[in-house]
Amino acid sequence: MASIGRKLGFDSSFGFIMGEVKVIGASLSLFCCRVEWALKLKEVAYEYIEEDLRNKSPMLLQYNPVHKKIPVLVHNGIPIPESLIILEYIDQEWKGYALLPEDPYERASMRFWAKFVDEKCVQSAWAACCAEACERDEAVKSAQESLGFLDKQIEGKKFFGGEIMGLLDLVVGSLPNWLRFLEEFAGIKLLDAEKFPSLHEWAERFIQIPIIKERNPPTDKLINYIRANPPTTNKP
Amino acid sequence: MANEVVLLDALASMFGMRARVALAEKGIEYEYREEDLMNKGELLLKMNPVHKKIPVLIHNGKPVCESLIIVQYIDEVWKDKAPLLPSDPYQRAQARFWADYVDKKVYDAGRRIWTTKGGEELEAAKKDFIESLKVLEGVLGNEPYFGGKTFGFVDIAFVTFSTWFLAYETCGNFSIEVECPKLIEWVKRCMEKESVSKSLPDPHKICDFVATWRKKHGVGVGRLSAYMSTVTLDRFECVCFWGLLSF
Repeated sequence: MASIGRKLGFDSSFGFIMGEVKVIGASLSLFCCRVEWALKLKEVAYEYIEEDLRNKSPMLLQYNPVHKKIPVLVHNGIPIPESLIILEYIDQEWKGYALLPEDPYERASMRFWAKFVDEKCVQSAWAACCAEACERDEAVKSAQESLGFLDKQIEGKKFFGGEIMGLLDLVVGSLPNWLRFLEEFAGIKLLDAEKFPSLHEWAERFIQIPIIKERNPPTDKLINYIRANPPTTNKP
Repeated sequence: MANEVVLLDALASMFGMRARVALAEKGIEYEYREEDLMNKGELLLKMNPVHKKIPVLIHNGKPVCESLIIVQYIDEVWKDKAPLLPSDPYQRAQARFWADYVDKKVYDAGRRIWTTKGGEELEAAKKDFIESLKVLEGVLGNEPYFGGKTFGFVDIAFVTFSTWFLAYETCGNFSIEVECPKLIEWVKRCMEKESVSKSLPDPHKICDFVATWRKKHGVGVGRLSAYMSTVTLDRFECVCFWGLLSF
């Protein structure tokens, strides 16, 4: 099968060395930090390249011609886009810390919830932030419903991965800061500690873990960014 | 409970078909249960309380939801026969990427074709649909399958949409074979596999479903003069035309 980058015009003109790992991302993206956390847990050295999403580089357009989005992991000069696909690639390519469990049912469950976070939690939270005043209550209710499912998943557990953090923790991990930013920007309440005590407790603990904290988009920077670049679309 | 496998599904669902093909590829015996999507059963609501959708694979009482996750699960549990995903990490990433592309691009544009009344909306949907198919045709290249020499994950993800091609063509008044001849060759090649031909319904049945839906929702209903279909079973050819009305 044709490679994602190779078939669609990739060449090695950007000068990559065999074994080299690069992450093309945006520091405020909630999808990019997942990739960096995964590489840190695997103790894989990488170079980070910041992308200006308002003025996408030829490199990004060449490495992700289909979706033109970040993050893109580039390993041995070959690009892999889409954060969830990148996480699975990282887990398979580098041994050591296991992001996914061995058991096929547990793996399927983790994949299901990772997809749920991106398709429901992120989208509905963004929709609640962008909703017109008359639709806001309904949009917030919908966003909270999806967080309710996550709350049930983490109830009684230290991490979504069990005793140690796993792929799902990394996927959910950038949500708390991001939700806080949406709450402040739009004047809404999403991650309610009373309604979602387990999720809230996990979030408070997770964002303090050093490896997570050093690469988690901070709420104040997100707020400053969005004030300077108000959303024009209903996609985050 | 030895190895009890139940599939909650709906005949016309291209997502449900993926699970059927994967199970057939692995030679797994299972109980198929047709779900009435207008009146969802208790078991479906219990097994997929989050999305309330089919397909759901229930293996020894435990549910697995979302078609591509089900296919990967089947591949991992029954790993000794007919591998569906490659073992190389990069090739697996490629396979996941293109299967995801089918979900993000082909499904959406296809759905817009058969649910829209016509005019600019239909033309835009057709353009997006054909564009996405041409990209996939490019990905296939000169290989017999998306999996290379062997039938695999992306083939399963995409071939199920072929039962809907006739419906898309009829609603949109275009020919996929004219636009993407290599893809139609690939479909015919896949249909030679029993795991595919026995898992996919007759495209005529999909046309029935779409015609009923369109009539119920007042899409393209008016002077519907005739709806006729004939099927020649030996070559799986299907002629299906509707009196296409006021678009």
